[in-house]
Amino acid sequence: MPRAPSDFWDYLRDATPARIALGRVGDALPTRRVLEFQLAHAKARDAVETALDPAPLLAELAHWRPILVRSQADDRRTFLQRPDLGRRLAPPSAEALAPERPGAYDATIVIADGLSAAAAQTQGPPLCKMLLATQGLSFAPPVVALQARVALGDEIAARQGARMALVLIGERPGLSACDSLGAYLTIDPAPGATSDARRNCVSNIRPDGLSLEDASRRILALMFAARALGLTGTELKEDDALALEHIPNGLVQSVR
Amino acid sequence: MPYACNLGATHYVFDDLRALLARASPGRAGDRLAGLAAANDQERVAARIALADVPLTRFLEEALIPYEADEVTRLILDGHDGEAFAPLKAMTVGDFRDFLLSDEATTQALAGIAPGLTPEMAAAVSKLMRNQDLIAAAKKISVVTRFRTTIGLPGRLSVRIQPNHPSDDLAGIGASILDGLMYGCGDACIGINPATDSRAKALLLWERIEELRLRFEIPVQSCVLCHVTTTLQVIERGGPVDLVFQSIAGSQAANRSFGVDLAMLEEAHCAVRALNRAPAGANLMYFETGQGAALSAGAHHGVDQQTMEARAYAVARRYAPLLVNTVVGFIGPEYLYDGKEIIRAGLEDHFCGKLLGLPMGVDVCYTNHAEADQDDMDALLTLLGVAGCTYIMGVPGADDIMLGYQSTSYHDALYLRSALGLLPAPEFEAWLKTVGVMDAKARVRPSPASAARLLAGAL
Repeated sequence: MPRAPSDFWDYLRDATPARIALGRVGDALPTRRVLEFQLAHAKARDAVETALDPAPLLAELAHWRPILVRSQADDRRTFLQRPDLGRRLAPPSAEALAPERPGAYDATIVIADGLSAAAAQTQGPPLCKMLLATQGLSFAPPVVALQARVALGDEIAARQGARMALVLIGERPGLSACDSLGAYLTIDPAPGATSDARRNCVSNIRPDGLSLEDASRRILALMFAARALGLTGTELKEDDALALEHIPNGLVQSVR
Repeated sequence: MPYACNLGATHYVFDDLRALLARASPGRAGDRLAGLAAANDQERVAARIALADVPLTRFLEEALIPYEADEVTRLILDGHDGEAFAPLKAMTVGDFRDFLLSDEATTQALAGIAPGLTPEMAAAVSKLMRNQDLIAAAKKISVVTRFRTTIGLPGRLSVRIQPNHPSDDLAGIGASILDGLMYGCGDACIGINPATDSRAKALLLWERIEELRLRFEIPVQSCVLCHVTTTLQVIERGGPVDLVFQSIAGSQAANRSFGVDLAMLEEAHCAVRALNRAPAGANLMYFETGQGAALSAGAHHGVDQQTMEARAYAVARRYAPLLVNTVVGFIGPEYLYDGKEIIRAGLEDHFCGKLLGLPMGVDVCYTNHAEADQDDMDALLTLLGVAGCTYIMGVPGADDIMLGYQSTSYHDALYLRSALGLLPAPEFEAWLKTVGVMDAKARVRPSPASAARLLAGAL
């Protein structure tokens, strides 16, 4: 029996969170859709302004002796307009990171607010704990960073003597997701000089996007491959990383 | 060489061409961030007065980024066509603006001078132009490219379907594509930004578009917007690649931050040509750019962001692309602070790209941390439609759920075509009529039967 078009649209709408099948009045959106959009925009704007509360993060990671740092951007307005300041540690924070010899650790994990404190707040600790529990990689004490951009991890890793910087950072809030986390992996970062082409990114980590388990599996595959090959960025493809033998036996299964 | 201007009792001096261009540029966040912007409005006008008197030939003599240090500079100067430049040889930047707006600057004349123009000349003249000048001049320029559709014909506006999904889910992406087709979009290309740079996933996405294209016999071209090195691997594995995509910028160092150089783009261009999927002479490349990319990579060499953007167009035009678009509001408020700056930049990019001979589209967009909203986008979209913009993006409900920003929607495309009487590419228009999505009056009003047919075929 032929189905009505509306049945098909219901089917398709279930396939994606994208705003499809919104309906039309002439060429325009119906009133209800316009107002839904405005509400989503208002929420996303508010999410950008929300501040990260570091206390619960530090408490949750207490076992690993976490360290709280701030960038040189003192407040949200400055952070948004001065990316250069968000990439540098405030002097007291730099001092709080005891300098270690290079190569003291394989990696450091930085939970950074970026543009979505909510993402760092909710997805940061569980993902960080999954990664820290991995056998076969040594980690510096984890870092919680405020008013932070991705490149702040370069300076943190250098000071902690960690060969890789893994920055778990709140991505720019979208209309449909305000809590999406991105993971950026950089090997041998040079503070102030590392280009973005030298980073690998795993993005869209959130309940309706990439699950924590999948994210953790992919990040670890990249980390083991990066350590074995000595490179990250466009030269390190995720497919190769996932296929590599450098990953200890059973690890991929165990982190699922 | 210093440039100077007296305004009343104040003597303004600009150390070199870079400084002069930067101070003359309409105010924007990125130039303020880089410490390049004019200190105040009077200095900005002084710079423009001085810039208006600079001979165009000066731009062939004074490289903004040293020739020896930068392959983009070498590309610009070595590729300069002296014959095409001949009619402009005696002009200053101010003369050039007057020429562009004069009756002598016909569509044909403007096509003739394009190879004789450097990006710096285009950027310079744009700084002396008001928004209406940028629109009026761009409107006269015709750049037509071809693959399965013909893009850029007068009275036409093409749309890229951008059906992104946060986990690259094939069913979800397919649903967004079908939705877009029902709104008459897709004639620029179906172009997916993948959530990861995985070549296995990219191959699956290309195959998905190919399957839809063949099943419904749609005159469209496919693109997955992954890194060029990933696309090369997909090509090696026999993937059905129509268009090679890459983000590019205006200096060698900025391109390196994207992980590319000219040789790599050349290799990709050759590889996709060898696939022989397109009619002879078709355009096979797709580039995206955006003001602020070079500064963000620390690779702007003290050049203002709008001039750096124009230099990216020199990279693009070397590969005769099918599509080029600036992603104007994507980069964020550090570079373009609010709706006013985004609108100005969108018009500049469109004008400069067209002037240099590119099939220029614009991703009319903003992020949630910029001071902009849908009203600003409506303004820019409408202005670009009047200016003859080649194509825009079509994102379901304007909300890109993967990249987390707002672009133009399928509805926006309908609005613009209807408000300005614009049609899709002719091959695509014919297909829309055949399948019953477009009615006899060329309005996109899918018949229930056509909707049922397309949807049933997609399941």
